[in-house]
Amino acid sequence: MAANLLAHALVEEGKHVVAIPSFGFERRGAPVAAFLRFDEAPIRRMTNIYEPDCIVCIDPTVARAVNIFDGIRENAMLVQATRKALGELNLPRQVARAGLCDAVGIALEIFRRPITNTIMLGAFARTSGLVRLESLQAALRGEGGLRDAALEQNLAALARGYEVTAVHAIERRAAA
Amino acid sequence: MSALPQARPQHVVCDGNEAAAWGVVLSRPDMVAVYPITPQTSLVEALAQFAADGVLDAEMVEAEGEHSVLSVLQGACLAGARTYTATSGPGLAFMFEPYIRTPGLRLPMVMSIVTRDTLSPQCVWGGHQDAMSVREIGWIQMYCETVQEILDTVIMAFKVAEHRDVMLPVNVCHDGNYLSFGVCRVDLPAQGGVDTFLGKPDTNWHVALDPDRPMGVDPLTGGGGGPGPALFARYRKGQCRGMQNALGVIEDVHRDFGEHFGRRHAPLLEEYRLDDADYAIVTIGSMTGAAKDAVDEARARGQRAGLIKVKTYRPFPLQAMAQALGKVKAVGVVDRSVSFGWNCGPLHQDVLGTLATLPQRVPAVSFIGGLAGADLTPAHFARALQTTAQTLAGALPLAPVWLNESDR
Repeated sequence: MAANLLAHALVEEGKHVVAIPSFGFERRGAPVAAFLRFDEAPIRRMTNIYEPDCIVCIDPTVARAVNIFDGIRENAMLVQATRKALGELNLPRQVARAGLCDAVGIALEIFRRPITNTIMLGAFARTSGLVRLESLQAALRGEGGLRDAALEQNLAALARGYEVTAVHAIERRAAA
Repeated sequence: MSALPQARPQHVVCDGNEAAAWGVVLSRPDMVAVYPITPQTSLVEALAQFAADGVLDAEMVEAEGEHSVLSVLQGACLAGARTYTATSGPGLAFMFEPYIRTPGLRLPMVMSIVTRDTLSPQCVWGGHQDAMSVREIGWIQMYCETVQEILDTVIMAFKVAEHRDVMLPVNVCHDGNYLSFGVCRVDLPAQGGVDTFLGKPDTNWHVALDPDRPMGVDPLTGGGGGPGPALFARYRKGQCRGMQNALGVIEDVHRDFGEHFGRRHAPLLEEYRLDDADYAIVTIGSMTGAAKDAVDEARARGQRAGLIKVKTYRPFPLQAMAQALGKVKAVGVVDRSVSFGWNCGPLHQDVLGTLATLPQRVPAVSFIGGLAGADLTPAHFARALQTTAQTLAGALPLAPVWLNESDR
């Protein structure tokens, strides 16, 4: 859902976008991934991403099941749902910028359930500066299939994610 | 799925399944019957939503299974209706009895196959094995490369199917996963433009049921004596002629589409960087984008690589393929399915058949990849290109090369 909304927002900003979700059987709670590319130029390849520039991890527990940093590029960006501080996270050296957001805490407050999609979109906008908050709001209003209270909750979630995310620039450590 | 806007937008951001549903909306069918099956399910949901919102003005039939879906549509088609359905893998298997009968009835139906690998092993992901397994049934098959091409091809498929020189059902195939769920910006043609492009449905009243002109449709034909054998041969020959006519009609319809909407899709085959190529790979479906990127990378290294993409697979564009293959000294064919009988990909067999019509000998390698949702990346195609190039020096693998065999 988050990748789909981000695709809408980026298209509205004039970008070429391909977003490909990846999942298995229909069951709740299984780890899922979505891969999104965007560019000023048309994108031809319809493939997954193996060497990401940016990783958005919307569930603080998923790293127990999969290595979310697999294939991460140099000078990469991480947007992480966590209540921990930067120093408590064991990040690979390639992460040069990290946006941390207690998305589960916010979600329990707003939705009374740990649904972090829109919160983490706000966190991504804040951390990366690659998409405007207004574009995400417009995508949510126009294309999210949400209305009334659900729309208001998600707009609030988006804004809170944007507001509270702490963005850290990480000094490159000297090679060991 | 996108919420319904008040006025229809000029573009949407959606996946391939929703793009197909938009193609259906714009083609204004009289009747749609669908039964959900992964990975086609969200296409059905989109159609149901469009019907509920009044965007799709067609009779929606919710049948109890795919066998009934196609049987219902056969009846509607015989009454002169424009009809659409979509299915995938096991749904196609359950549909087989009416499916095999539809081309012989000369019913101009359009059906999307959201391609999926066949069971077993148990899997729910994309692959071409389902569509390839029915390649000799007599349906026209076109394979899409992009999400935009899905929408455009669904519209074009009605014009091809209903053409009086064709009168055959069309499968618009789009890859499960990478196209069915891949989200892109898609331009929506204006309804007025599509209405003009498709024209009035050309109902074949020779077979359409009309209470004022009662007639038998599909009587018992054939046998070993009397008029049967000759009559059966005539029907079969006519069906084969319709398939061959479709090649020209598909070209005309794609040209018309380009003139109407400004988007040009290769109708039969697309040649990519082929004219001065030493060797080429043949691709089909959504793998083609990554393969083109790999060709560009090979070119950047000074390799004279090219690509041939198959859009229309049935009828097989023999002449166009012979012309394309005549430009290269070696070829590699990448199939997203297997031919169990030949230990190679089915498209590879078609290429081998085509090569037999050329005077020169062109070595051909069979590559099999992308089965059951496996990804085909530029790295896989770089390997396919390299292996194909090596055949120029005499290294021709006699067994298929399995591209995902070493994926981790």
